[in-house]
Amino acid sequence: MLPLMLLLIMSCNTDETQTVFNFSELTLQEEFDTDGAPNSDVWGFDIGTGSNGWGNNELQYYTDRTENVQVQNGVLLISAQREDFEGSSYTSARLLTKNKFEQKYGRFEARMRLPYGQGIWPAFWMLGADIDENPWPAAGEIDIMEVRGQAPSVLIGSVHGPGYSGGSAISKEYTLPNDRLDTGFHIFGIEWGPEYVNFYVDDVLYNQITPEDVTGDWVFDKPFYLLMNLAVGGTFVGAPNEETVFPQTMLVDYVRVYKYMNENQN
Amino acid sequence: MKKKKYIDIRFSLLSAFIFAVFASCERDVSDEVEFATFPANGDVFIDGFSSGLDYFPFVDAGADPEAFSVVTDDVFSGTSAIRFDVPSFGNGFLGATFNTTANRDLSGFDALTFYAKASQAATIDAVGFGISGPTNNKFLVTGNNIGVSTRWEKYVVPIPDPSKLTNETGLFFLGEGASFEGDEGGYVLWFDEVKFEKLGTIAQPTPAIFNGRDLVQQTFNGANILINDLTQTFNLASGVNQTVSAAPSYFTFTSSNTDVAQVNELGEISVVGSGTAMITASIAGVKANGSLAVTSTGDIVSAPTPQFPESEVISLFSNQYTDVPVDTFRADFGNTEISEITVNGDDFKFYSNLNFVGIQFQNPTIDATEKGSLFLDIYTNDTATGNFQIQVRDRGTNGQLDTDIFTGQPTEDDAETRLNLTPAQLPAGQWITVEVPLTGSLTNQKNNLAQIVFVGDIDFLLDNVYFR
Repeated sequence: MLPLMLLLIMSCNTDETQTVFNFSELTLQEEFDTDGAPNSDVWGFDIGTGSNGWGNNELQYYTDRTENVQVQNGVLLISAQREDFEGSSYTSARLLTKNKFEQKYGRFEARMRLPYGQGIWPAFWMLGADIDENPWPAAGEIDIMEVRGQAPSVLIGSVHGPGYSGGSAISKEYTLPNDRLDTGFHIFGIEWGPEYVNFYVDDVLYNQITPEDVTGDWVFDKPFYLLMNLAVGGTFVGAPNEETVFPQTMLVDYVRVYKYMNENQN
Repeated sequence: MKKKKYIDIRFSLLSAFIFAVFASCERDVSDEVEFATFPANGDVFIDGFSSGLDYFPFVDAGADPEAFSVVTDDVFSGTSAIRFDVPSFGNGFLGATFNTTANRDLSGFDALTFYAKASQAATIDAVGFGISGPTNNKFLVTGNNIGVSTRWEKYVVPIPDPSKLTNETGLFFLGEGASFEGDEGGYVLWFDEVKFEKLGTIAQPTPAIFNGRDLVQQTFNGANILINDLTQTFNLASGVNQTVSAAPSYFTFTSSNTDVAQVNELGEISVVGSGTAMITASIAGVKANGSLAVTSTGDIVSAPTPQFPESEVISLFSNQYTDVPVDTFRADFGNTEISEITVNGDDFKFYSNLNFVGIQFQNPTIDATEKGSLFLDIYTNDTATGNFQIQVRDRGTNGQLDTDIFTGQPTEDDAETRLNLTPAQLPAGQWITVEVPLTGSLTNQKNNLAQIVFVGDIDFLLDNVYFR
């Protein structure tokens, strides 16, 4: 078996130039090792309810209070609480690196343990850094991880852009075999380069999106910034029900970003 | 069949090979010697019974022994499936367990799973595992009211704590039947691919006792209270929270004050001294919702000893007499709690959180034609705010109690008498012997007495209940 495989690999390699990438040089490393608020040099917050529940009819009010976001014992905790607050019935937190950290291409990953339950919507995602001048969806969005709490084994990775946003996003669901997202830590990542975004969970590559897959302009050749949030309710997941347990907490062990390096160009 | 045999041979050759390899490098017996365990075989019915498995219908309880068959014409996968013909109302019910003579270690699995469908949309009364005569169903698990459709679908009955299941024989049971005229019956159920699996997606355990309620109960030394409504709930991969009834032995029970109350592994609370104890529980380290704060006010004063000779009475409950059979001292309506109290061989019933509660004796009914009154002894520490009522019911000849569920009045051929005691007639802190004359419509119909009902708002001790 082994000689045959070797033969096959070699045969593919004869006259094409193989492009080899590695992602070994860290450009962002947030390990959440200091108790308290997350590092303000990297992380800012969206506060409030945005317009129209952040565009999705979400039910939570985002704050930067310790009830909703804090680092404890080497882990960042983003907690959704059921409480009356500023006219909303839930509170939670949304962290973002806008104007603090942005990057074009590379490997972006986070190790997280996710919450669960009807109406619970954790996400680890990116937006085009030019969004203020070039409004969504033209700015582009890459969803590294989204989960509907009522489907605790199913991960969703997507890209949004002009002509393929919201319900028409280019998206793929991946079901963890014999496992769930709320019982242990998993690594959610993308490897992103010119003309592709590869989606990973742990060591599984479950999707690749290229310009041929999108039904509009490819808007992923510019810097993006990172977001992490825990939404409650909204059109994507529906409202929590009487069985949804609160508080729900998203645990983030680390966020790491690696530089994109094309070895052939070095 | 041939193919299977071939595979078996290959496996045994393989294991012989592995054994040879391991044997060659074996050293002295290490400190990590493991005890022999039963085989970790999770199969129940795939395309036939798994090894050692047999079918045991609950014939003694009235189950139809002919309801079960193995069919090849309608299967989910493979070559055969289980078919049950659910009898129509009045023709018995479907009830059976599949037990193995070759005990299994199920501790590596997290759920019993199966595919099922029905000839019509139906709700199966009970499906589960853990029926075992020798252990008195120590690790029984029941999924109640499982809805099945006319399509093959997969069902999951999670194991409350797999680590308990190292030596199991009861692998699968079900009970379904038409319990009243018009209830679903006379249809067909199919099961296939019945097996224990390690799904890896059974998570977020939420055990509960007393249906998750925090109860308070006043009682006396010597009381025995059974912890009930024991459940375990898991979130499944489908997002559904699946609750199963779990036997007490899955739980660890705790009393905050063992000088007041102690709990055994069957969930039986023994009240041993004055004071208050908080009773809580857990499964595999996860605290259960629900609790009982039990307070004992101390020792009980014995009731007066009945003076009538045994030959003159029909006794339902008295240490002085031989009692006739009683179906229940807490007929299942209302929220009243009951605890059994035994002090120095003297038995009492203690009713608390009373609104209304019934004593039922229909197997057989009591013929009190020759008797004039019901006697009973009552003791309360409370002062009633209104009348305390005692009802005595004759069910007539139609074989059932007929009650207007809105008024509580007898209907059809039932007859009844009622006695009201004013608060002044039930002073707190002393035993009162109450005589209820069998008058009213009972005067000429008391040969099928079947029920006694108490209505009121006091907690009370009951002793010496008899007709004379």
